[in-house]
Amino acid sequence: MGRERGALARWFDDRGWRQLVIGVPYLWLILFFLLPFIIVLAMSFARRADLSPPIAFLEYWPYLRWDNFERLISDTLYVRAFATSLWNAAIATLLCILIGYPMALGITRVSKSWRNLLLMLVILPFWTSFLLRVYAWMGLLGTNSWLNKSLTAMVNAVLPAEHALRSIPMMNSNFAVVLVMVYSYLPFMILPLYANLEKLDNTLNEAATDLGSKPWQVFKDVTLPLSIPGIVAGALLVFIPASGELIIPSLVGNAADPMIGRVISDEFSSARDWPMASAVAVALLLVLVVPMMIHSHFEKRAQERAEGRT
Amino acid sequence: MNRRPVFLISCLCFGFAFFYIPILSLIVFSFNKSRLATVWGGFSTQWYAKLLDNDQVIKAAVLSLQIAVTTATFATVLGTMAGIALARFQRFRGRAGLSGLVTAPLVMPEVITGISLLMLFIYMAEWIGWPGSRGFTTITIAHITFSMTYVAVIVQSRLTSMDLSLEEAAMDLGARPWRVLVDVTLPVIAPALLSGWLLAFTISLDDVVITSFTSGPGSTTLPIYIWSKVKLGVTPDINALATVIILTVGIGVALAAYIMHRAEARRERDVQMALSQDTP
Amino acid sequence: MAPFIRIDRVSKRFGTFMAVNDVSLDIMKGEMFALLGGSGCGKTTLLRMLAGFESPSEGRIFIDGQDMAKIPPYERPVNMMFQSYALFPHMTVEANVGYGLKYEDISKAERAERVRAMLELVQLGAFAGRKPHQLSGGQRQRVALARALAKQPKLLLLDEPLAALDKKLREHTQFEIMSIQERMGITFVVVTHDQEEAMTLADRIAVMDKGVIRQVGPPADVYEHPNSSFVAGFIGSINMFDAEVTPGGAATTLDVPALGGEVRASAKDIEPGRKVKLAVRPEKIALSRERPADGNCFPGVVKDLGYFGKDSLFRVALASGALVKVNSVNSSRDGAARAADWGEKVWISFEPSAAIVLTD
Repeated sequence: MGRERGALARWFDDRGWRQLVIGVPYLWLILFFLLPFIIVLAMSFARRADLSPPIAFLEYWPYLRWDNFERLISDTLYVRAFATSLWNAAIATLLCILIGYPMALGITRVSKSWRNLLLMLVILPFWTSFLLRVYAWMGLLGTNSWLNKSLTAMVNAVLPAEHALRSIPMMNSNFAVVLVMVYSYLPFMILPLYANLEKLDNTLNEAATDLGSKPWQVFKDVTLPLSIPGIVAGALLVFIPASGELIIPSLVGNAADPMIGRVISDEFSSARDWPMASAVAVALLLVLVVPMMIHSHFEKRAQERAEGRT
Repeated sequence: MNRRPVFLISCLCFGFAFFYIPILSLIVFSFNKSRLATVWGGFSTQWYAKLLDNDQVIKAAVLSLQIAVTTATFATVLGTMAGIALARFQRFRGRAGLSGLVTAPLVMPEVITGISLLMLFIYMAEWIGWPGSRGFTTITIAHITFSMTYVAVIVQSRLTSMDLSLEEAAMDLGARPWRVLVDVTLPVIAPALLSGWLLAFTISLDDVVITSFTSGPGSTTLPIYIWSKVKLGVTPDINALATVIILTVGIGVALAAYIMHRAEARRERDVQMALSQDTP
Repeated sequence: MAPFIRIDRVSKRFGTFMAVNDVSLDIMKGEMFALLGGSGCGKTTLLRMLAGFESPSEGRIFIDGQDMAKIPPYERPVNMMFQSYALFPHMTVEANVGYGLKYEDISKAERAERVRAMLELVQLGAFAGRKPHQLSGGQRQRVALARALAKQPKLLLLDEPLAALDKKLREHTQFEIMSIQERMGITFVVVTHDQEEAMTLADRIAVMDKGVIRQVGPPADVYEHPNSSFVAGFIGSINMFDAEVTPGGAATTLDVPALGGEVRASAKDIEPGRKVKLAVRPEKIALSRERPADGNCFPGVVKDLGYFGKDSLFRVALASGALVKVNSVNSSRDGAARAADWGEKVWISFEPSAAIVLTD
């Protein structure tokens, strides 16, 4: 190594590489994530106008209008959209827990080679196109599909002939939205739950059994309490994207009862009311801050526990 | 416990049926002769033949792949940098800020990310005259921004679990911090970098919402093409396209998993063999 | 002769926790020095400060006369063998050993030659092309040693060098390390929690506890002349009783209520009436059926007997209720010739020189 290295090389070797490693991604995220977000935030205090871009701020101090937020509360369209979104997301999350938990637990109970195969089968849909998985359900829920026809036949077998159905109206409903959300987000529930359950010490179960607990009691007293962090992680991974979902309600949802993601998109593209779209977006973020804080709280606790152990 | 967990096994069967019946149904109906996508009218491969003639699809697929490869490469570089900064540099000004900026895109609803980036591009065009039109560059920038944070999370968690004494050993043997990173840290976490690249690649290849806001006329990616078609309903040619995509990705992922599994098994065998030769 | 390493009133604080508390220590050139203590005693922190991974909160460290305060690990004439060995998993054995030479000003040929010599030294010449995961635990340990020695450091630090090996291999490796150290003449500082390891390997031992050095000295010194009840209890097995010095003549006599009598000890210069502790190593106590003619002797009953093969451990209950551990070598194969049996009435006895008087 020569002494006469250039000043730039020396700077890079000493401090520069560190500053670059921190600075480059930092700048990128400030420019393409923080700055756009600040624009949205500012715009939510503007008004729609026939300008280019189609917005106008208040001309005098404090330059901010609260009109959009007032409309957000007074106009039932927005309130209903929020309620529908959060309700659908909550039901989908609950169903994901109910279906995902036994599946995750089941995967921990099979032999090791089976375990890898089943995990692969959970992850596989996650890698394939989200859009196409939603699309697959469009083919199943429609009135002419084999699934709809067989379900109709089953229902008709029970119903008296005069009430016989021609088909079951499943497409374009909240039911369809929740169903497809569960389908799309189930891997997000199973994977963190599995990671959590897999780490549980099996000797704990054996100890509880040895002390006289029945399998159900072992589950209730040992497994379930210890898997709560996994449930919370999975629930947030489902709930947060589900509440802002755009594709699923657009393809299988009920246009008369839109979810919030669709409202934002429509305000922006169809109504060209950028300020209102921004205000709805800001409000959605404020609503989502609560579950996010729960998440970071649990995360911090888990981290503290992990650090305490070493 | 010798009792077979009957309940759990049946849940698994039900769950996997739920996962795969829609996909299988879609694949079966892609071979449907009938124009009505959901009513069976006999076996045919005509929709696949038509797919090959569809220039729009081919063009969209090529654009999607170009964007995905560029995105994955940039996202891996930027995400790795962010992951290293968060996992290895304990104290620097703005650490909390970076950590927030890395997690926020993960929980940001896609619609909001898409709209905010579109507004940014519109205002940038207004102020500095760039980007003149939206297309490959704007889509790629948008994709890099949200997929780099996934890479950062993967890299950060891999670095946290990495044995720190490896880096200390390199430093102890005379390597300056920057060389430690190149000689030891990056090679050791290489598998994490690869999975980060693949994740960024698939996220980019799959994205609809953010792309729909940041693309312009003439820059149709494959998901955008599909999106514009499926909004109108189920059609057999989309079934065929979907089948091609799903099978390609599925076989690719399964193959990668199999290769990794084989390598892991071989490694395990090596370790077992090596340990058995321990005689003083 | 000036010390090779001078640790001058060094402290290390982590938050409010004092990992190392005002430690001063001199280590000579070519010495094999051991830092011995339980987990959390500060021995590893002290080692890491020598390597440069931690910097002292207070105090200074000199290596070969040079103040280490501003010197980063990669510029210190010090190499370390890590407890986990820290072999680079993506490099071959050869590349691992040669890594330290990569940033030195030597030719490729010389580098290859040095690596070959090092691998020869640890008898791993045939394994040069293997990756670490293709090696056994003992082989990995030797690669780690070769890698740390390849740069020909002035000082080699070893963090629990034998902890990951099984017992049989450990003994063998111990002697290997000692012979390498003698041949190369490098100063070694070993951190260990294993007292046997420290005693076999080291020329001198520092016993550490709660960030403080309790005693420094050659192994025999620390074992036979512990300066405190902590060191006496930490190293080896020992019987310890409260005692009081009685006024007497030339030799010190102690009143030991637990033993039910007076004990003569060859310790000097302790003022009468002082409360002290009497400590006797189990192997220094003799067991007999008849009352011995001489020494400090007390009657008791054999309560427990542990047979270890080469020796046996007896626990003898005295009249006061105190239990005394007695170690006796099984020099005969005849079981009946054993010193005593369960429930038997026996005499325990020890020389005045075996009695350690601890004043702390």
